Amino acid sequence: MSETNYSEIFIANRSLIDAGSSPVMSALRDRAYDCYTRYGLPGTKVEEYLHTDIGAWFGPDWGVNLKRVALPVNPSEAFRCNVPNLSTQMHFMAGDSYLKKDGQPSLPDGVLCGSLLELSESNPDIVSRYLGTLADMEKPGIAALNTMFMQDGFMVYVPRNVQIEKPVQLVSLMTDAVPMLACRRILVVLEQGASLKLLLCDHSSAGSQCMSMTVTECFVADNASLEIYDLEETSDRNTRVMECYVSQQRDSRVMIQNLSLHNGKTRNSVFSCFKGPGASFEVNGIAITDGQQHVDNFTFVDHEATDCESRELFKYVLDGQSTGSFAGKVLVRHGAQRTVSQQTNRNICLTADSRMWTQPQLEIYADDVKCSHGATVGQLDEKALFYMQQRGIPMKEARMLLMLAFLGEVIDRIPLDSLRARLLGLVELRLRHGQSRCEGCGVCK
Amino acid sequence: MSTSEKDNRLVRELSDEKYRYGFTTDVHTDIIDRGLDEDTVRLISSRKGEPGWLLDFRLKAYRHWLEMPMPQWAHLDIPPIDYQNISYYADPTVKKKEGPKSTDEIDPQVMKTFDKLGIPLEERLALSGGVAVDAVMDSVSVKTTFKQTLAEKGIIFCSIGEAVKNHPDLVREYLGSVVSYRDNFFAALNSAVFSDGSFVYIPKGVRCPMELSTYFRINAQGTGQFERTLIVADDDSYVSYLEGCTAPMRDENQLHAAIVEIVVLDRAQVKYSTVQNWYPGDENGRGGVYNFVTKRGLLRGVDSRLSWTQVETGSAITWKYPSCVLQGDGSQGEFYSVALTNNWQQADTGTKMIHIGKNTRSTVISKGISAGHSQNSYRGLISVGRNATGARNYSQCDSLLLGSDCGAHTFPYMDVRNETAVVEHEATTSKISEDQLFYCNQRGIPMEQAIGLIVNGYAKDVLNRLPMEFAVEAQRLLSVSLENTVG
Repeated sequence: MSETNYSEIFIANRSLIDAGSSPVMSALRDRAYDCYTRYGLPGTKVEEYLHTDIGAWFGPDWGVNLKRVALPVNPSEAFRCNVPNLSTQMHFMAGDSYLKKDGQPSLPDGVLCGSLLELSESNPDIVSRYLGTLADMEKPGIAALNTMFMQDGFMVYVPRNVQIEKPVQLVSLMTDAVPMLACRRILVVLEQGASLKLLLCDHSSAGSQCMSMTVTECFVADNASLEIYDLEETSDRNTRVMECYVSQQRDSRVMIQNLSLHNGKTRNSVFSCFKGPGASFEVNGIAITDGQQHVDNFTFVDHEATDCESRELFKYVLDGQSTGSFAGKVLVRHGAQRTVSQQTNRNICLTADSRMWTQPQLEIYADDVKCSHGATVGQLDEKALFYMQQRGIPMKEARMLLMLAFLGEVIDRIPLDSLRARLLGLVELRLRHGQSRCEGCGVCK
Repeated sequence: MSTSEKDNRLVRELSDEKYRYGFTTDVHTDIIDRGLDEDTVRLISSRKGEPGWLLDFRLKAYRHWLEMPMPQWAHLDIPPIDYQNISYYADPTVKKKEGPKSTDEIDPQVMKTFDKLGIPLEERLALSGGVAVDAVMDSVSVKTTFKQTLAEKGIIFCSIGEAVKNHPDLVREYLGSVVSYRDNFFAALNSAVFSDGSFVYIPKGVRCPMELSTYFRINAQGTGQFERTLIVADDDSYVSYLEGCTAPMRDENQLHAAIVEIVVLDRAQVKYSTVQNWYPGDENGRGGVYNFVTKRGLLRGVDSRLSWTQVETGSAITWKYPSCVLQGDGSQGEFYSVALTNNWQQADTGTKMIHIGKNTRSTVISKGISAGHSQNSYRGLISVGRNATGARNYSQCDSLLLGSDCGAHTFPYMDVRNETAVVEHEATTSKISEDQLFYCNQRGIPMEQAIGLIVNGYAKDVLNRLPMEFAVEAQRLLSVSLENTVG
C-alpha cells in the first residue's frame, strides 16, 4: 500500500475507528491526519532512516483490525511466564487489543494499569493530559499514522510517591494467520517520586506474517524512576516499528533495555528529553540476527537541562545475511552545562554476507561537558579463541562463550537479578541453537 | 611612554597580528565580466588556449552543474550564493596586451606580494634543499621555481595550464579520474571553470628531492578561485607536497571551490599537507572566504600510501573532506586534521576512507577546536567493501570547546560489509581542564598563553606530522587564531 492508501482508509473508516475507541483518542486524530499528509512515512532519503525503508515496510496490504474483531486467544492458556523468581503483574495484548484477564492482584491505591481504551473512558482527565503530547508528529515517522489508527493499547499511571515493586509485564502477541498491522499505543505516567519496572514482551506465533506499530509515551516526573525492558522474540516474518518518547523532569531516572533476540525486520527509535536538571537516562540494547533479519536502533537524547547524564550501550552480533544499523544522536543544547554523555556501539560480523552500519553522533552547544562516543565493528578475538581451544574447549563452544561474554556486558546492566539470569539464559539459547524460545507462553512454538 | 600607552600599543599590535595576510596588492589584473554561462566557460578555455577535449570536458561539467542542487546536508548555515555575481577568471600577469610573459617579467608588485607572504620566488633566496614553489594568484600561476632542477630527475612540476599544453597525454589520462565532474555540486562547478593549480608527475622510482609547494592567493575583488591540482605518483616514487593559502580582508564573501586529485601507483607514497589560512571574516562574522573543496586520492597501486595532513584555521565556512579510495591491495590512507574555528566561523570537515582492496589500512586523527560563536563539525565515512578482506581502520575525533556559545559536533558514518574488517571509532568532547589552566597560571603563564600552550599540546599529534616549515607556521597560527577567546 502507498502512503495515500492509509489516508484513504482513514477517511473512509473514520467513524468506524472512532466507534471502536474513546473520545480522548479521537480528539487527536484530525491533527494526526494533517501531520501525516504533510510528512508521510520516512523513506531512505531521511537521514534518520538511511538504512531502513519504513515506507516500503508499510507497502504490503496489511489488514487493520478496525472492527475490533476479537482474536481467538485465551490468555490464561496461552501465556505462562516461568522466569524463575520473577513474579510479575501480567497483562496481555493480542494484536492491538488489550485482553482482559480475571484475578489480577490488586495494586496500590490510585494506580491505573490496563487497557488504554478503558482507562481513557474512565479517567479522561488524566489520559487527555498526557496522551499525544509527547509523540512528535511534526516529522516523517509513525507517530502520526499511529495516532490516526490507534484504538487501544496499554497504560500505567503511578501516583505521587507510589513505588510498584513487582514488575508489570505486558505480553503482546501476534497470532493472526492473515497479514495484519497491529497499531498499539502505550502510555506510562509516573508522578513525583513514583517508581515502576515495566517488562514488554513481543511475541508472534511462528509463520504469522504481521506487523506491529507501537508508539510509547513515558512521562517521568521529579525524582521518579522508570525501568523498561523491551524484549522482542517474534518470527522471521514479523515486522516491528517502535517509537518510544521519554520526557524526564528533575532528578528522575530512566533505564530502557531494547533486546532483539529474534525478529524479522525491526526498527526501534527512542527519543529522550531532559526537561529538568540532575536526571539520568540509560538506554542499552542487544541484537542477535541471522538469515535475512534486520535490526535498526535509533536513539536521540536531547540534553535541554543542566547536570544530566546519559549512557548508551548497544551490541550486535550479525550472522547469515543479516543487516544491522545503529544511529545515536546526542544533542547538548546551549546552556546545558555539566552534561555527561557516553555512547558506545560494538558489533561483531560473523559472516561475509552480514552488514553493519553505525553512526554515533554528537551535537554540542555547551562547553562544560564531558561527552564521548565509541563504535567498533570487528570479529571475535583470535587469541582468546586459540587460548580456549588450547585448553580443550572446542571451537564452537569457545566462540559461543566469547559471544556470550560480549553480549553479557549489556545484560549485566539489568538490576533485576531474576530477569538478568533469565535473559542471559535466553541469549545463550539463541546463540546455541540459532533461535531461542521464551518457553513461557506455549503459543510461539 | 606611559605604561598604559605601552599596553595599548601592544594590544594594537596583537589585534593587527590577527590576520597578517589581509592586505591587497594593487596590480593590473585582467578580470572577465561577472556571470556564468556557456560563453564564460568557452572564454576561460580560449584564454588558456586549451584543446577541444578539455573544452568539451568543461562544457559537460557546466551542463551537469546546472542540473544539480546545492548540497544542504552539511551542518552549515550557508547564505545564498549568487553565482552570476562572481567573476570566474582574473589574470594578474597580463601586462596591458604586451608580449609573452617570462619569469623575469613578473610584475614587481606580484613579486613583492609573495615576498610579503614569505614565499620566495627567487630560487637563490630559498634555503638549500628548500621548497619548490608554484605561486598562484587569482586564476593564474605566476611562477614555478626549481622547475629545471626537478626536470633533471624527470619530475614535472608546473601549473595545470602549462601541463595541458606540454603534457596533454598525462593530463588527459588522469584529469577527472579521481573526482568526476559528476561527483558533487562544487566539483561540477570547478570542472567547468577551473583555472591554474599545480600539476605534479613523479616518474617511476624517483624520490622527489625537495618539498613541492603551491601557494594560493586571492587578490582581486569580486572573484572566486577555482584551482585544480593533479598529482600523479608513479610506481615506487615519493613526494611531499605542501599547500598554503591566504586572501585579503574584505567585507564581501569570496568563493574558493577547488579540486585536488591524487593518483598513487604501486608502492608510491604521497604526503599532502595543507595550512589553510583563508581570511576568516572579522569578529562580527562579516566577510571571509567560503572554502568548498573536494580533495581525494586514489590509491590504485599495491602498498601505496597517501597521507593528508591539514591545519584549518581560516575561511568563514569550510566544507572539505580530503579522502582516500584504498583500491590497491595493502594500500594505506591517513588523515590528520586540526580544525580551529573562532568568532562566527563554521567548519564541516573530515574524511572518507573507502576500503576496496585487501589488507588496506586507514588512520583518522581529527582534532577540532571551537571558540567564540563558531560551529565546528567532524564528518567522516569509513566504508569497507565486500572484498576488502583484512581491512583495518582506527579513527579518533576529539573536540575542544572554548566558550559557552560555540558548538562542536561529530558525525561519523561506518559501513562495514566484510566480516574480517576491524573498524574502531572514538570521539570525545570536553573543555580545557581547569586544573591544567590553574597549573599554568600558578607558574606565571597568563591565561591566553596557557590556552595557546594547551591547545598546541592537544593538536601535537597532528602538528608533528607536518613538514618543519609548516609546523612552525601552524603553531603560530593556532595561537593567533585563539586570541581574545578568553573572556
